[in-house]
Amino acid sequence: MTELSKSGAAVGEPTTASPAPTAFLEVRDLRVHFPTDDGLVKSVDGLTFQLEKGKTLGIVGESGSGKSVTSLGIMGLHTTGQYGKRKAQVTGEIWLDGTELLSADAEYVRKLRGREMSMIFQDPLSALHPYYTIGQQIVEAYRIHNKVDKKTARRRAVEMLDRVGIPQPDKRVDSYPHEFSGGMRQRAMIAMSLVNNPELLIADEPTTALDVTVQAQILDLIRDLQKEFGSAVIIITHDLGVVAELADDLLVMYGGRCVERGPAEKVFYEPRHPYTWGLLGSMPRLDRDQQERLIPVKGSPPSLINIPSGCAFNPRCPYADVPKDNVTRTVRPELAEVGSRHWAACHMTQEQRERIWTEEIAPKL
Amino acid sequence: MSEKREDAAVTNPARNEGAVLARDAAPGETLLKVTGLQKHFPIRKGLLQRQVGAVRAVDGIDFEVKSGETLGVVGESGCGKSTMGRLITRLLEPTAGTVEFEGQDITHLGVGGMRPLRRDVQMIFQDPYSSLNPRHTIGTIISAPFRLQGVEPEGGIKKEVQRLLSVVGLNPEHYNRYPHEFSGGQRQRIGIARALALKPKLVVADEPVSALDVSIQAQVVNLMDDLQQELGLTYVIIAHDLSVVRHVSDRIAVMYLGKIVELADRESLYKAPMHPYTKALMSAVPIPDPRRRAAKSERILLQGDVPSPISPPSGCRFHTRCWKATQVCTTVEPQLVELKPGQRVACHHPENFEDQAPQDTVLLSAAKEAATLVAAEVPAEPAGTSAAVAEEVAAEDGEATSEGTTEDGKQ
Repeated sequence: MTELSKSGAAVGEPTTASPAPTAFLEVRDLRVHFPTDDGLVKSVDGLTFQLEKGKTLGIVGESGSGKSVTSLGIMGLHTTGQYGKRKAQVTGEIWLDGTELLSADAEYVRKLRGREMSMIFQDPLSALHPYYTIGQQIVEAYRIHNKVDKKTARRRAVEMLDRVGIPQPDKRVDSYPHEFSGGMRQRAMIAMSLVNNPELLIADEPTTALDVTVQAQILDLIRDLQKEFGSAVIIITHDLGVVAELADDLLVMYGGRCVERGPAEKVFYEPRHPYTWGLLGSMPRLDRDQQERLIPVKGSPPSLINIPSGCAFNPRCPYADVPKDNVTRTVRPELAEVGSRHWAACHMTQEQRERIWTEEIAPKL
Repeated sequence: MSEKREDAAVTNPARNEGAVLARDAAPGETLLKVTGLQKHFPIRKGLLQRQVGAVRAVDGIDFEVKSGETLGVVGESGCGKSTMGRLITRLLEPTAGTVEFEGQDITHLGVGGMRPLRRDVQMIFQDPYSSLNPRHTIGTIISAPFRLQGVEPEGGIKKEVQRLLSVVGLNPEHYNRYPHEFSGGQRQRIGIARALALKPKLVVADEPVSALDVSIQAQVVNLMDDLQQELGLTYVIIAHDLSVVRHVSDRIAVMYLGKIVELADRESLYKAPMHPYTKALMSAVPIPDPRRRAAKSERILLQGDVPSPISPPSGCRFHTRCWKATQVCTTVEPQLVELKPGQRVACHHPENFEDQAPQDTVLLSAAKEAATLVAAEVPAEPAGTSAAVAEEVAAEDGEATSEGTTEDGKQ
């Protein structure tokens, strides 16, 4: 929002350690670890990415790959909840519009949350308060960040409900969440998260709980609203179809790390990581002729307490023995550039991967 | 998986025990026949708990399942597909209609009467977390069918359970472990092993893979495929994911508000859907291909939500959201008729086929936006009509929302 003046909100503006980035959102080496009785759960273990305004980043991965933990980390929602002595250990840097958030004052981040950055959660029924009307909840979100009277705020709530396509918004503003259908609840959630025109919107599995026809409506809505407000959007999902619809860039996560990152089209047409191949092969597709068999990834996702040594994907990777000297099981591969703005973390040489993809994988998809 | 295949072929212990009801249906013969099946859940109110209405979850459906085939059932949540699954396995008592299994009417069999049949009809549930008893070991869970049916497999129960575990791709040594020690995909395999224990003829799977991760989903889909080939199983697979359903099914039934709107072979259904709802449903599936994004106009965006099954719309239940709906759709309920060989459709104005009610051309104003989107795309033959539809609809000003829907439904 343009009228957001940093001076008013800057309670504890942080001192900059490393040079401020040029990108609107830049995450550098983000790590989120949770100490538990069984050991340290490394949910996110060194994640780096940038996102520009008006662009959409899709984060894909299986359950437990660290997608949601990343989004909560950016929103600064980890450190606030302190259960006993257990606290999430969040390290790294998160730069939003020139400000580093992890070292910033909690009060400062709180003021950004809901105004500069907001979130759409997966399950709208548990994210909305059952005791308050939809209107009351949107009004609250608006009035926390804007000094307006209740009437103005209510008008704004009605306007937002109308914008997200809820019929008779002036009446439905007084409904309770249980009176809405799943799709309408998700629309109400979107209205609430957009009420302050945030510049960063994080949608965590926004359509997973919805039917396909409603999903299509919601995806369309998110796309239109992004065009209208020019926000940066992070969309987190396990559905490659959803990211293909929305995302400009794609980040594939596995075991808390990024295994491949690049423009969506590159990742879909020239993927350079065996896990990405696995995801593409696991999916039955409506746009292709019937496959004889799906090509699943063998085994199951790793435990985040005992991440396999070397490449986290090595126990499930059919090509783990291609690189020499058992390197896949001992050395962790770093992200390396495989094309323009396209990175992948794999020990196989660029040529080997290109050959396997074009000769073995792509024809079977 | 090759060693498992041999395994399964060698022993077949459960089948030769006990009195088997009828002869085994040969592949291609009708195994299950459902006629006019209904399930209404009563809504009671007041002191006397008088019935004031009913949720018409399943409202008159007919279909049959042939031995050895897979029937896929798709639809949005609340369309009655799960209720249908529970009716054909007789976990719910139908309000009306008949269910015939191997030619025998099982609609009103009591608990005792159903018991021998339970061996032939098994179910795989959606949620592998709540469908396994956390206090029982895997051994106990998978051997329960043997104990309940009093079947003593060749070589003993334990040996048979371990064989089943290896058939579904689990380690037989995990016999003594508890469900919480397994991942979601492994639990689903346990559920499958339990369903297969008594060598059923028909397996009803209610959303068998929707709770699983993509890579695990593919494993389970392939496993179910292999088992069908090895054991000659017949599946009824209920799912909301159209791409999964296409992958596993031979024939597919599309349900909307308690009715089957289209029942057809996989190929015909996906290549040339005839019911507008089927078409809309398929166009809504996001395609994992960024280059197709530009082709957004292909999408038919249905407006609003599914109307309430308590008071479904009159006539064709889809007319409130259908861009082709005319006057006749609000009054006359279309019957499920075979328009093309192997493709049964319940629609007055089917796609890719001649109009069933050509005299009726006055369009309802519902689903205005759907029509505009369709007009941009639909190729060749239906293009003329759709474009005309779009124009006419666009000219009219109506409230194309779910609000209109509920009002229509109440009459």
